[in-house]
Amino acid sequence: MSSAPAIPNLHGKATVGLPVEKAFRFFTDSFGSWWPADYHIGEAAMADAILEPHVGGRWYERGVDGTECDWGRVLAWEPPSRLVVTWQINGQWQFDADPAHSSEIEVRFTADGPEETIVEIEHRHLDRLVAGQAIHDMIGQGGGWSAIAEAFAKVAEAGK
Amino acid sequence: MATFKDVDLGILGDPTRRAIFELVARRPQSVGELAENLPITRQAVSQHLRVLKDGGLVVDTAVGTRRIYRLNPDGVAAIQAYFQRIWDDALTAFQKAAEAAPTGDEQEHS
Repeated sequence: MSSAPAIPNLHGKATVGLPVEKAFRFFTDSFGSWWPADYHIGEAAMADAILEPHVGGRWYERGVDGTECDWGRVLAWEPPSRLVVTWQINGQWQFDADPAHSSEIEVRFTADGPEETIVEIEHRHLDRLVAGQAIHDMIGQGGGWSAIAEAFAKVAEAGK
Repeated sequence: MATFKDVDLGILGDPTRRAIFELVARRPQSVGELAENLPITRQAVSQHLRVLKDGGLVVDTAVGTRRIYRLNPDGVAAIQAYFQRIWDDALTAFQKAAEAAPTGDEQEHS
């Protein structure tokens, strides 16, 4: 293992005006309809992003040219309350198949009355991304996140 | 309605500062270059950069007579900020889309 520091988990929270079952279904079935299209890794503009509805399912984007790029895998699928996926995008903004380099995202849906749902996101094991060789190398060389962000900005711009 | 708990990333709560952070994330650059791309003065850019630097998100190095700002390569905070921004955007987008989605029937709508 590397000596990369542990990075505190990130949290996000939002309340949406949908019953919990619908909130879960909208989040997952319609993932590509609401996910910000700038956040993609393929060379082509993103046409859709898909979250396969079962444990072991793929989480990936499809470009306008039909190419597919994996983002991660589904680790837990518990409608309508919980979902866990991996985030396996490395420092070159490419899929890294090594599970030792995968961070995890848990999404929890909690009913707040019959018509509202609290959606909470936790992104954890960010240190595993840093431990991923590409990111580790870039930081070691002093390129750091500016280089990664630049690569990301480039593909994001190419996708506009 | 979205609220975000995070460590010390409140410094990105200011939209102009966030814009500066994103420009610096795209490529290292000077105050002058940043000011050219923003509707604020160089002095205002400098003030925002100082906050970002104090928060550990950016570092600066002298290149000739200029100071070049880049994301802090050792910055756990920069990594956090980068991903926090993604989740911030994603949850806001989800919330907006969910508000526009039908609530009364089984039809999917986008």
